[in-house]
Amino acid sequence: MIGLLIQVAVIGGLIASAILVFFFRDLLAAALAAGFFSFLVSLEFYILQAPDVAISQAAIGAGLTTAIFIIAIRATTRFEGETP
Amino acid sequence: MRMSKIVRTGACILYPLIIIFGLYVVVHGHLTPGGGFQGGAVIATAAALVLVAFSHREVAGMVRKAVFSAQESLGLLLFIGAGILGLLAGAPFFANILANSGLLFGLTVPPGPNPGELNTAGVIPLMNIAVGVEVWGGLAIILMYLFSATGGEGT
Repeated sequence: MIGLLIQVAVIGGLIASAILVFFFRDLLAAALAAGFFSFLVSLEFYILQAPDVAISQAAIGAGLTTAIFIIAIRATTRFEGETP
Repeated sequence: MRMSKIVRTGACILYPLIIIFGLYVVVHGHLTPGGGFQGGAVIATAAALVLVAFSHREVAGMVRKAVFSAQESLGLLLFIGAGILGLLAGAPFFANILANSGLLFGLTVPPGPNPGELNTAGVIPLMNIAVGVEVWGGLAIILMYLFSATGGEGT
């Protein structure tokens, strides 16, 4: 029962963070929301007893991809619709 | 865009801890979840943290790209060397000749439930270490080149 509640909470967080990525106009906040999405995916992998995949997802998805997005935002514009 | 003092101090505090956790994942690859690729990716996350927190001029003063490039080549050479080690002993390519030999990583796995003996499994930990070094260098040099292409400045 507890496990089911945790899974529902994680999946609700996944849907909420994905919708937030779509609606944010601040690209830095959108990149951080995408990183939070990856973190929740890795948590879901850990709950489904795949800790190996969870470590990969946490390092690549939540760490490196967010860093690459932040580096790209630094070189261009921060808000959607601006011209660089 | 210069990061605030909180971000830079936090990066300095977290950097050694992330590297130690990544090295733990690499070295314990044959006992716990994870392995060479996962540990190398965790260590490369530490490099990404420093790259995001500091400006390009400061990072270029800390390390050079040639270090990571050499590290990537060294990892590949170590992996091939671990394979050729089997050929040198008269066994097939990638044969696990170090297992149960009493040498490096050569102890026999104790029977029954146990917390895991690090000094076992033969050449598999050597391959994990090689892959860890290679992924560390490769992902770090990707980030370094991306960061230098943006100039580290911008808005």
